[in-house]
Amino acid sequence: MGREFKILGTTPPRPDGIEKITGKALFGADLNVTGMLHGAVLRSPHAHARIVSLDVSAAAALPGVKAVITADDFAEVENAANRDTLHNCMAHGRVLYDGHALAAVAAVSKSVARAALNLIRVEYETLPHVTDVDAAMQPGAPVIHQGKKHKLAGDDVSDNVVGYYSFGHGDIEAGFAQADTVLERSFKTAAAHQGYIEPNACLADFKGDKADLWVSTQGHYLVRDICADILGMESSQLRVTAAEIGGGFGGKTTVFLEPVALALSRKAGKPVKMVMSREEVFRATGPTMSSSMDVKIGMTADGRITAAHARLRYQGGAFPYAMVMMGAMSAFAAYDLDHVQAEGWDVMTNRPKMISYRAPGAPMAIYAVEAVLDELCQKLDLDPLEVRLLNAADEGTKSSYGPTFKAIGLKACLKAAQAHPHYSAPLGPNQGRGVSAGFWFNFGGQVSVSMAITPDGTVNLTEGNPDIGGSRASVSMMAAEELGIPFEQVNTVIGDTGAIGFSDTTDGSRVTFTVGIATIKAAKAVKAECCKRVAKIWEIDADAVEWIDGAVHPTGHNAGDFPPMSLAEIAAMAGRTGGPIAGHFEGAPDKAGVSFGVHIVDTQVDPETGFTKILRYTAFQDAGKAIHPDYVEGQMQGGAVQGIGWALNEEYIYGEDGVLQNAGFLDYRIPVASDLPMIDTVIIEVPNPGHPFGVRGVGETAIVPPLAAISNAVARAAGVRLYALPMSPPRILAAMDHG
Amino acid sequence: MKKIHVSLTVNGDAVDYLCEPQETLLDALRDHLNLTGAKEGCGTGDCGACSVTVDGRLISSCLMLAAEAGGVAVETVEGMANGAELHPLQRHILDGAALQCGVCTPGILVAAKALLAQNPDPSETEIRYWLAGNLCRCTGYDKIIRAVQSAAAEMRGEA
Repeated sequence: MGREFKILGTTPPRPDGIEKITGKALFGADLNVTGMLHGAVLRSPHAHARIVSLDVSAAAALPGVKAVITADDFAEVENAANRDTLHNCMAHGRVLYDGHALAAVAAVSKSVARAALNLIRVEYETLPHVTDVDAAMQPGAPVIHQGKKHKLAGDDVSDNVVGYYSFGHGDIEAGFAQADTVLERSFKTAAAHQGYIEPNACLADFKGDKADLWVSTQGHYLVRDICADILGMESSQLRVTAAEIGGGFGGKTTVFLEPVALALSRKAGKPVKMVMSREEVFRATGPTMSSSMDVKIGMTADGRITAAHARLRYQGGAFPYAMVMMGAMSAFAAYDLDHVQAEGWDVMTNRPKMISYRAPGAPMAIYAVEAVLDELCQKLDLDPLEVRLLNAADEGTKSSYGPTFKAIGLKACLKAAQAHPHYSAPLGPNQGRGVSAGFWFNFGGQVSVSMAITPDGTVNLTEGNPDIGGSRASVSMMAAEELGIPFEQVNTVIGDTGAIGFSDTTDGSRVTFTVGIATIKAAKAVKAECCKRVAKIWEIDADAVEWIDGAVHPTGHNAGDFPPMSLAEIAAMAGRTGGPIAGHFEGAPDKAGVSFGVHIVDTQVDPETGFTKILRYTAFQDAGKAIHPDYVEGQMQGGAVQGIGWALNEEYIYGEDGVLQNAGFLDYRIPVASDLPMIDTVIIEVPNPGHPFGVRGVGETAIVPPLAAISNAVARAAGVRLYALPMSPPRILAAMDHG
Repeated sequence: MKKIHVSLTVNGDAVDYLCEPQETLLDALRDHLNLTGAKEGCGTGDCGACSVTVDGRLISSCLMLAAEAGGVAVETVEGMANGAELHPLQRHILDGAALQCGVCTPGILVAAKALLAQNPDPSETEIRYWLAGNLCRCTGYDKIIRAVQSAAAEMRGEA
């Protein structure tokens, strides 16, 4: 872009850092208030059952118990999505999955609350259940909710199919006819959990007909609006404050405990704190979808893709949802194709309802596509990066999901990967190298920002998006850049829902992009106001002054000979020139700018044990403009490692009885430090034309490539290809034995 | 329920609390002493977010009963900085962008400090195995390992 930046591209320490390294930062479970009760939830031990009777009288009579609630304590909710959310938070008539909540208590201590749960008497009539996506689609499968079938689902599938989508263009049959080789493979991927280290937690406090809610969430406005509707309140009656959030990755973009805590507080007339155990987090929050997929790709002998078709079947738990759409849209987004179709089916099962997990829906679809591409490269003896480059989408490509791309960084990432020493480094025995491209859409959405200039000239920036990975730093940097002042002169805070207007949730890799645009616009308003004030002081025309590097200057000698006035000097005089100076922006910026990445991984597979070791990892990603490069790298590294876990270890394991068998970090094993090498990163900067500084979201793309990159590396290291994730040692051993 | 009176030292100060028999040291620190730096990420000793040292030994405070802590010396993340002066590990974790959400950070800091107390010059592999009991879901560990390496170098007088 050629633009010189003073602040952007530097790496100042985050403003919330000191609190977080000294143990002072208050996360969801860290707030205690006077008179607080402790809530606890009774959960279903069955995958699917009718609640024949539910007797809470003994629990309510236990000394120290101040409230017991069930579904009866909630009025019916009109809005269908919020009604489903309520029924997910508190079972109505039937329990639909292992861990489904059906009653809750609030008591003077955690131990009394737990004792009260043991006194609740439930009689269940167990019902047939289904947890596998293919089984749930079969006609005759147990139906989770009648009457929810999608109108385009087709006659040959069960009523559990609640979504059908198709994207693409051209004539795929004609395209396959042009191919020298056509390859079709079927894949399965397991459900993975976001695995945020901080269990869900909140503290609700009703005061008359109003309430305060403190909560670990990615979107406190969303929490406000859902909870208010469920509790039968106006949004204005509920003030929600976002705690520091101990990880979310999409998992904290809905509510689980919050309406329950509010209902308990309303009934008890006291503040109620609720904190999930890790077991509850696994059983009863929202993991991502499991999948079953078929991908067919046709290719010429020299590596040109002639046609591509994907059929994606996603399992999303016990309520209607619509996330396979993202998979169908993203599956072939990396490639410039004449003939392409991606179809998707959303399927209900007796599992916890899915919620977003970093690039929701994309990793599994792109895993299947990139694995088939790699196998074709093996069959045709072609270089995997060369083939991707030959087919890569670029500026002007009509994407597989419709829109025509503006400037994008896929080819730049592929070329950087080709040129990187990693790609040509020698490999030893039982070692293999895999590559994969990855994609995410990114999002804009609604935003509110208020920028107040204090009398000492510092900038107090209030925004509405919980900071999950350093966004207060990047937002402060953009404010400082636009105003031409030092980073340290900006304080960015996350306001509660009573402080400023609505903001969409921290998701879609949208915060640095969207809050950035709002911040720049608010800063422009501040600059304009400062110019106006100074022109008044100097008694010259408003257009005879200009803002340069944090101060108002006369535009030239003709304007007059005035020494520049700094922001601090202007702020100090504000009381005498018209009152406090502030800027604000409310809006819904679009043009988020899509994001591409490419990963290279070397693996070594132990033929004795089937264990896969990650030897070397390099991630390339287009950040548009990296505001704070360290934090961009951190997103790339964290996303890559979550993908490594998904590829090699992580899975929800259900027994025949439909009960989750590994609801803890010992048995649901996320990557630990000793599993991994350093994760090398290469930031590519192809500016997003939709952002004044060129910013693209960077948070999600990095979880997409690892699944296929590792699968492709394992295929080359072990000499046998697996078509299911995770590639745990027993699965790899079995494949090698049969290979 | 009859409560148990426990006297101990936390971050150098003599303190005491009344606990229930089933409560953990982590519960006591968080709920009775209002030291919420140590977090409960799992309650089963798998995540390390509740790491503290007891008489110099690194433990998961969710696995020790509060009633067993009589007479011991506990060190938590709140005791790492000397007033406004940060511990080198704290500085390097912050300057090295080795935290994102920050919820695992207190446990990582306490665990890394315990490592450097017994091995001032650990290899990358030694750091990775020592911290294998401290889960971080945000960073992929890369910048954490580098921060521990650079803090160790500074503490050895090499930086």
